[in-house]
Amino acid sequence: MSNTNSMSIKEQNKSAASSLMKKNIRKFLRNKLAVFGLVVIVVITVACIVAAATGIDYGTPNPTIMKTPPNGEHMFGTDTIGRDMLARVLFGGCYSIFIGVFCAVMSSVLGAVLGAVSGYFGGKVDMCIVRVSELFQAFPQLVLVMMLVAILGTRSMGNMLFVFVITGWMTTFRMVRNEFMSLKGETYVKVCEAFGMSKSNVMFKQILPNVMTPIIVSTTTNVAYFILQEASLSFIGLGVADSTPTWGNILNAAKSIQVVQNQWWIWVFPGAAISLFVLAINFFGDGLRDVLDAKQQ
Amino acid sequence: MGKNFDSKEIILNVENLNTTFVSDQKKIRIVKNVSFQLKRGKALAVVGESGCGKSVTMNSIMRFLGRNAIIKADSIQYNALRDGKVTEYHIEKIDKPHGPEMRALRGPEMSMVFQDPMSSLNPVYKVGDQVAEGLLQHNKGMTKAQAREKVLEMFRKLGIPDPEERIDCYPHQFSGGMKQRVVIAIAMICNPELIICDEPTTALDVTIQAQIMELLKDMQVKDGKSIILITHNMGLVAEMADEVCVMYMGRVVEFGSLEDVFDHTSHPYTQALLRSVPVLGLADGQKLETIPGATPNPADLKGGCEFADRCPFAEDKCRAKDIPMFELSPGHRVRCLKYSSFPLAEGEPAAAEVK
Amino acid sequence: MNEKKEVIFKIQNLRTWFPITKGAFKKVVGHVKAVDDVSLDVYKGETLGIVGESGCGKSTFGKTVMMLERATGGQVLFNYDGKFRDITKFNKQEMFDFRKKVQMVFQDPYSALNPQKKIYTSFEEPLKVHGMHDQSERESRMQEVLKMVNIQPDYLMRYPHEFSGGQRQRLCIARALEVMPEVLICDEPVSALDVSIQAQVLNLMKDIQKDLNLTYLFIAHDLSVVQYMSDRIVVMYLGKIVEVADSRALYDEPLHPYTKALLSAIPVPDIHNTKKRQVLEGEVPSPIHKPSGCAFHNRCPHCMEICKQQDPALAVQNAENGHMVACHLYAEQQKKLQEAQAAQTGQTA
Repeated sequence: MSNTNSMSIKEQNKSAASSLMKKNIRKFLRNKLAVFGLVVIVVITVACIVAAATGIDYGTPNPTIMKTPPNGEHMFGTDTIGRDMLARVLFGGCYSIFIGVFCAVMSSVLGAVLGAVSGYFGGKVDMCIVRVSELFQAFPQLVLVMMLVAILGTRSMGNMLFVFVITGWMTTFRMVRNEFMSLKGETYVKVCEAFGMSKSNVMFKQILPNVMTPIIVSTTTNVAYFILQEASLSFIGLGVADSTPTWGNILNAAKSIQVVQNQWWIWVFPGAAISLFVLAINFFGDGLRDVLDAKQQ
Repeated sequence: MGKNFDSKEIILNVENLNTTFVSDQKKIRIVKNVSFQLKRGKALAVVGESGCGKSVTMNSIMRFLGRNAIIKADSIQYNALRDGKVTEYHIEKIDKPHGPEMRALRGPEMSMVFQDPMSSLNPVYKVGDQVAEGLLQHNKGMTKAQAREKVLEMFRKLGIPDPEERIDCYPHQFSGGMKQRVVIAIAMICNPELIICDEPTTALDVTIQAQIMELLKDMQVKDGKSIILITHNMGLVAEMADEVCVMYMGRVVEFGSLEDVFDHTSHPYTQALLRSVPVLGLADGQKLETIPGATPNPADLKGGCEFADRCPFAEDKCRAKDIPMFELSPGHRVRCLKYSSFPLAEGEPAAAEVK
Repeated sequence: MNEKKEVIFKIQNLRTWFPITKGAFKKVVGHVKAVDDVSLDVYKGETLGIVGESGCGKSTFGKTVMMLERATGGQVLFNYDGKFRDITKFNKQEMFDFRKKVQMVFQDPYSALNPQKKIYTSFEEPLKVHGMHDQSERESRMQEVLKMVNIQPDYLMRYPHEFSGGQRQRLCIARALEVMPEVLICDEPVSALDVSIQAQVLNLMKDIQKDLNLTYLFIAHDLSVVQYMSDRIVVMYLGKIVEVADSRALYDEPLHPYTKALLSAIPVPDIHNTKKRQVLEGEVPSPIHKPSGCAFHNRCPHCMEICKQQDPALAVQNAENGHMVACHLYAEQQKKLQEAQAAQTGQTA
């Protein structure tokens, strides 16, 4: 009896969940900008990954075709030492997107965990963590990067990821902490405490799902933020090593005024890639927020 | 519709008020064909559960609703009586809910006391200034000193201790009951004739509720104000009201004098409501009657009597079409087919032969 | 009659004070005495009503008895099969086991169920935590408690927002019953509900109590609801108990002036009621600056000189039905009663 019932309960579960999903997808599809964002994100990401997987040549200089404007063979032209710009932009996209996604996810995780602990326990723990976060906020990212370069003596991607994660978690932290402080007063949290559930259970299984929506939305927008950060750091020559093409590094090649004036394709295409991708992510994030927020009502 | 009342005696006449809310491209009727009259100097209690449309009705009359509300009425007529002269205002004909005509009415003629005194006051202004604001708005040329004098007078009248000191305090320095007195002072300061109180004591303790109710009763009896009291507490109704209007899902289901409604309770909903509330001093072991089911969602309602699904007397004909009002005795009207032998008071006739 | 009843909670001099801190260094400058020196016995199978105005400490009292709020002082003894153990001194594991004995129903059914989780998950978790690992066993228990509150088991797959207030409160009661508690602490269980729904929930709670022989601690501000539900009623004012009496006795002959005022302040839905209402002056003082002596003296119509200086103790006024009151008006009578009792015990000794 109970067995058949559990079967039916589970089946119902599936149909209910899928109908909710369908409703959300329909709602998302109605938002044209968000759909556009999603399409752009998917197209660029897939293109980059395919390019990287097929192993097109992005690194071998070819002095015979230096600074070729876009043509049939080199759609984006070639750069100052004759490397194909399309290959570089696609390959660089892999790194840039990876940096963006990795840093956004890691900093969100770090921020969410610290925010949860801080907001839920309050008191001295909270005070300590808040002070630490303020300390990090007061430190310019640039100085931290320079310090790391000075200490380690190299410019590497690892450096960059590390610096981005430890300087990027504060916004998520503050948001999650505030949410936790208000949500821990909710009655369902009290109910769980009355049942004697452990603190980690209450924190991560009960309260955290209710904070997931803003975390997800802020993570998506953070992806854009970190891509831009990487681009600007690499542009001034403090980011990833020159040998690794990221969108910022490619732009770095266009630092000289001659290139900016005469070889527009060297900076327009990576620049456009960055802008387009960031814009798409922001549109997508907005759409996502609308869908996820409505579910809570 | 012809005018069949004495505007000296009736202060507010509402006929066939309908309020519809538009949300998500769907129209939901919240208030349906509500009609009532309020006699000058009397207290009318509007009773009902949350979601029955009692607050929306009053907000429709005050024109406080947002843009997504469509208000339609045959007549919302307010009759002001000043120095023996009657001025009629037709609120339903005023186009702009925030225009000068409506603003001139709110405050000097009719005003409202809201449920939550904690959020009715602006925390960054002194209470005295908040009370005086209405005065200065409606009396051009009045100086601040004069207004302050008036506010002090009002504070004294409402029993706020040490008015000279309290007038310069901020709302957070007041307790809940005192805040509600300040809110009442704001409503009263322009000396309106009609005061609409939307659950004025729900957020307060019982002993404070008693104080506030005493105050409102005094205003009605001594100053001759007309009061509309919105509440869900039958006890307060019995103590305060002269006439009672029971609402359920946007309709007036029973209307009558206090005696009519309490001693000759006729609508099954009113009966159930009165019997399901615990009363002090119930005999041991006596059980409360329950109303089965839950209040329906206004968006899911089909035609017919809204109460039919929870009513012990419901029949098929109850669900067929909208139920008209029947007049059981002069002034006592009930919207229930149980009384279809009585003359029709309003609405479509159920059978063709009745007028 | 009282002697026959078994005590399940013995609360002795319970205090819950919240510190008020000031400045950057969180210096403690005073205390909010939410529950101040409360002693009380709760009998098995009874409904003990606790009534008072907002800020009187009734909710804090309920939470402290459940140890959701740390007690500042005093003891809460719980009856473990005849042996009393002090729950304020329990360690983590003992506390965890105690959670199965005493459960709580909260005021706001709208926020008592996690909005992100299906009812099924919300119901399953407490059972999992308390060591019921077999899914079919869990489901049969879930169905059992749902049956008690008249909710169909297939509603389990829904989200909380699909339920009405009354249904949600019934779900909350069902969830509390899952771990088979002996005591249910109900903190304003119906005050957030519509009037027409209140009676459903109240009657349901009465039926469940009869079936399971539960003990209720019924906390509410509405005296008429408390009186309907309870066998005995405790009246609290500013963190202290001012009167304890059988529900009937409290209505028929209230002793404390505050109880009298409270009773008369409640509007009665009867138009032929001619009882003159006694309106109390003033408002409840803040629990931070409690008046000296009897906390009620500044609003009391019978205030005497002694009331301003000395806090009256809670003492038995009527030995037959255990009517207790803390008021100087009855001091002499109480003294006589105590002397008589002392003499009696002296004779038998």
